[in-house]
Formats: sequence, C-alpha cells, structure tokens
Amino acid sequence: MTDTLTIAGRELPSRLILGTGGFPRLETLSDAIRASGTSMVTVALRRIETARRGSLVGVLDDCGVELLPNTAGCFTARDAITTAHLAREAFETDWVKVEVIGDERTLLPDGAELLTACEQLVADGFVVLPYTTDDPVLARRLEEVGCAAVMPLGSPIGSGMGIRNPYNLALIVEQAGVPVVLDAGVGTASDAALAMEIGCDAVLCASAISRAEDPVTMARAIRAGVEGGRLARLAGRIPRRLHAEASTPFEGLPDLGVSS
Amino acid sequence: MIVLNGREMDGRDGCTVCQLLADLGVEPQARGVAVAVDGEVIPRADWDRHTVPAGAHVEALTAMQGG
Repeated sequence: MTDTLTIAGRELPSRLILGTGGFPRLETLSDAIRASGTSMVTVALRRIETARRGSLVGVLDDCGVELLPNTAGCFTARDAITTAHLAREAFETDWVKVEVIGDERTLLPDGAELLTACEQLVADGFVVLPYTTDDPVLARRLEEVGCAAVMPLGSPIGSGMGIRNPYNLALIVEQAGVPVVLDAGVGTASDAALAMEIGCDAVLCASAISRAEDPVTMARAIRAGVEGGRLARLAGRIPRRLHAEASTPFEGLPDLGVSS
Repeated sequence: MIVLNGREMDGRDGCTVCQLLADLGVEPQARGVAVAVDGEVIPRADWDRHTVPAGAHVEALTAMQGG
C-alpha cells in the first residue's frame, strides 16, 4: 500500500519530522535522526560565535535529510519574515517553519502576527509551514493565505503535555485541504500515535526525543507511534460503545450447568 | 565603527561582508551562513562586493539546533 505524505508537491518518505533542538551532542542527534527514519529536520539561525565551531549542517547533510529552517525566537511578523529570507539564503531552500511567539512563558503563537508573516512569505515564494495554535479558524485562515500545511500544537513547546484538545485537532483535520502536522506537545510515543489516529498527516517532534533519558530509543518509539497511529487511522477504528459486545458468539454454547 | 553580532568593532568601516565573515573565521562558501546589514538580507552572491558603512549593524548567522 502506498501511503506517502506529500507537502507542496514534495513526497516525504516519513511522517515524522524531527526538531533538532535540545540534543546534548551532535552524535546523539545523528543517531536519533537515523533511528527516527525521518527525512526532514528543523534548524534555527543564530549568531556565529567564533568559539563554537560545530558542524551541524555537515552532520545533517551526512544523515541525508532535508532541512526545514524555522523562525524560532521571533516575536513579530517583521522579524519572522526577515529570518525566513536569511534562512533561504543560508540553506538554499524555500521551505520555512514560521514561528511567531506571542508569550514568553507559554511560547504560544501570536495568531495575528503569524497570519501577517505567512501571507507575506507566501507572496515571497516560500513554502510556508506555520506553527499555530489549535484554533480551527486560524488554521483555516492560514490555509486561505496559501500555507502549504498547518502545524497546530498539541500543547506548549517542550511541555510534553500531549494533545490537550483532541476535539479542536479533529476539527482542524476535518476541514483542512492541506496536510496537518502536529507540532509541539508530544511527550511520548502514545501522544504521536493519538495525533495520527485523530487524522494528522505527520508529527513534528523535538524535545520528547532530544530530552528523553535515551533519545535514540525514544526516536524509535515515536517513529513506531506515528506509524501505528497512521495505520490505525487508515484501518478505521471500531465505534465506542457504552456496553460490551461479545466477540465470541453465544450460539453453540454447551449446557454445563445443573441449575433448574 | 560597525557593530558585528552585537559587538562594536573599530577599523572595519567599509569592509566587505566577506572580510567580516573572515573575522569570524567563516569561509565565504560556507553552507548554512546568512548575513543581514541593518536588517536587510545580503545575498551570498554580493558578499565579496557589498561594503559595510560606518555605523552599520551586521548580523552574521549560522545553523543552530532548534525547533
């Protein structure tokens, strides 16, 4: 069965997108990427420091993954737009995960600034993947301005609180004409599975893997969660019932009692 | 004086973007590097001829883990 995720005409072999934030060592990041089976990872842009001569891009290139630059840390549409253009220059990709934060404590997206930034970046020719709240109306607006996917949160970034409002997520999935990627909130494999069972097309996950006690094993676990949840969605789950429905037929039941 | 990644630098007025990147130990062909001067993105192709005037704020960025 062919079941490939396609975003903006590009086929992605894996339905798990890995965030690279939080890994203590590049070696662990590299091992986790391979264990996760992902084909796309996020990267951020920060000031060059002469003391820090890491080779992040080299490591990611060695893993053979596509880069999805983000605009993490931006609080205004203007900053996010400039950051996206810098990322295009740095990584030679039109793809961008647009993140415009509205609150330092919760890191929740600023919907108004996000919509402004996305509209402009679509006009500038970007493939725009917005990190958004789980508000179905905002998700629809983002799709209407031309975003290639919508990426609602399950709960705040790094909180590991899972999917706090599965109903909203289901509404977003139901109405969306573009892929829905659950972004933020995954704490463990079952959260990823639930997102896929609800009907998300993919899961973006960073902290749950990078900050796990054993990131590489958690990468395998969340990969399995995504794959299991996807299969369950395709298979079609049984309806929930208030009472039991016997799976073993009553016909042919022997009479073993001496009652009456 | 210019400001490079938040640090004031004397004697670099009129330098090209390439020269400033060299100050940071970055090869001009390095992948994953981007530069803005006073908030304007400078395309890679212009780095060797785009000069940075006195008072300019230069941001030289590279890939970091995130997101």
